Amino acid sequence: METYSLLREFADSWMLLALFVFFVGMIFWVFRPGGTKTYDEPAGIPFRHEDKPARRDADKEA
Amino acid sequence: MTNYFKLILLGMIVFVALFAANSARDLAYMVNALTIALAAGATFVWVLRQTDEPVVQVDLSGEYMDGVIRAGVIATALWGVVGFLVGTFIAFQLAFPALNFEWAQGMANFGRLRPLHTSAVIFAFGGNALICTSFYVVQRTSAARLWGGNLAWFVFWGYQLVIVLAATGYLLGASQSKEYAEPEWYVDLWLTVVWLAYLAVFVGTIVRRKERHIYVANWFYLSFIITVAMLHVVNNLSIPVSIFGSKSVQVFSGVQDAMVQWWYGHNAVGFFLTAGFLGMMYYFVPKQAERPVYSYKLSIIHFWALIFLYIWAGPHHLHYTALPDWASTLGMVFSIILWMPSWGGMINGLMTLSGAWDKLRTDPVIRMMVISIGFYGMSTFEGPMMSIRAVNSLSHYTDWTIGHVHSGALGWNGMITFGCLYFLVPKLWNRERLYSLSMVNWHFWLATIGIVLYAASMWVTGIMEGLMWREVDANGFLVNSFADTVSAKLPMYIVRGLGGVMFLAGAIIMCINLYLTARKGPAVAADNSLVPAE
Repeated sequence: METYSLLREFADSWMLLALFVFFVGMIFWVFRPGGTKTYDEPAGIPFRHEDKPARRDADKEA
Repeated sequence: MTNYFKLILLGMIVFVALFAANSARDLAYMVNALTIALAAGATFVWVLRQTDEPVVQVDLSGEYMDGVIRAGVIATALWGVVGFLVGTFIAFQLAFPALNFEWAQGMANFGRLRPLHTSAVIFAFGGNALICTSFYVVQRTSAARLWGGNLAWFVFWGYQLVIVLAATGYLLGASQSKEYAEPEWYVDLWLTVVWLAYLAVFVGTIVRRKERHIYVANWFYLSFIITVAMLHVVNNLSIPVSIFGSKSVQVFSGVQDAMVQWWYGHNAVGFFLTAGFLGMMYYFVPKQAERPVYSYKLSIIHFWALIFLYIWAGPHHLHYTALPDWASTLGMVFSIILWMPSWGGMINGLMTLSGAWDKLRTDPVIRMMVISIGFYGMSTFEGPMMSIRAVNSLSHYTDWTIGHVHSGALGWNGMITFGCLYFLVPKLWNRERLYSLSMVNWHFWLATIGIVLYAASMWVTGIMEGLMWREVDANGFLVNSFADTVSAKLPMYIVRGLGGVMFLAGAIIMCINLYLTARKGPAVAADNSLVPAE
């Protein structure tokens, strides 16, 4: 089989499936139980280190 | 020690550039080579003056690197005014052809100035805005100083060199005639170097982050940087005719070349003008509204949906061409699906203000950001609609397309950038507030009314000329000649030009306001340097 046909067949079968599963899986992952609470933390990132970088790695855990 | 290597390298660049200028096959190449020699020479002197000076080791990891962002803010504002000015001028050139001055033929006629306008507003204004805001955002949201030290300055100055080379090249006739990718091969190579440095600075800072999570704005910025690198390299695969000339020949030909070009062109819209600017939205709108983004979950879905869908939308630029129907249908379908993430993102941006809508009355900066999100919603509704084959048969090649592009570019990209500049200047120059809020108000209304005049006149003239082109009489003959449509468009062209004048006037007011803020605004009280205990 020539390269184009091979890649084409792969692209519209397994690759398509893989991307679709990733996408749908991402949506389910976002809505997982406890997600809302988890995302409160990153949503507040813009309000934490306006003027100076964090001093210690310990801030990572904050 | 490294300075000696730098000096040797810069000296060699000056020599090679001067040699290339001497052997140049065309004027554009010669001017560009001389520009490179000048830039390398100036850098040489700058490095030389620092060589063998005593080095003071200062630990800067406790501070953000804001100098390069200040420079980026200035560049954004200045290139913006240049781009809007050229745009307004060429709008009047279309209305009054006498403005294509005889003495400037081949340099300042519409055909040469148009790519100068598009590149100036997209890449010089928009690009500088993206680079400087991404440097600001990635530092604040990673709680880390920019990685790579002076590499960020290399990105800034390297990018300005790209702009100057491209702009002078266009005027002198160096163009590979690909929309939004006009610069010739050597400028493309240089941009690739600069862009990889940009990627390194950005990723390096993220790797250094002190926050566990990578904030969503950085996801958008990063996807913009990576995708633009990929698009740029593939679309600019070309072979120079001579190493001493600006002309190059594309590797792809025919419909393949067209498809690669619009794969590039539409994703320049999708990732440069959308993903990157959404990165701005996800940081600066919450900051200005002083509340976190409406739904962080929605922002994650927004991101992945946008990334998965946009890359397929390009073929809708090639309806009714040699491109196979299935390909253009595919592009059309994905364009329409794009309604969902686009509007999801718009809702996310707007609803961030829920509970703070009163700020719209008191804060003209947030008003600017909100109207930009409104225009984002409008133009991402209009675009998919125009990508439908039946609609496209009317709208394509008409001024409707131009109107659509400008409601997106002036409304969404322009307004969100203005909002960010108004946010950034007081912060970066350590001022308590902007010099004048009423000047922001003036800017807001001038720009908004300017865009409305622009978009409305282009709808009228675009649909009118589309209908005139397809009008046939009872015997099946075309009713109108092309010149008939041109003369029918004159009033709308004048209205469009006036819209441009208003938008430009607003931008000039902004520049004055920002200048006075940096020069005369009241300084922030000293206790500001303490990190608030949140």
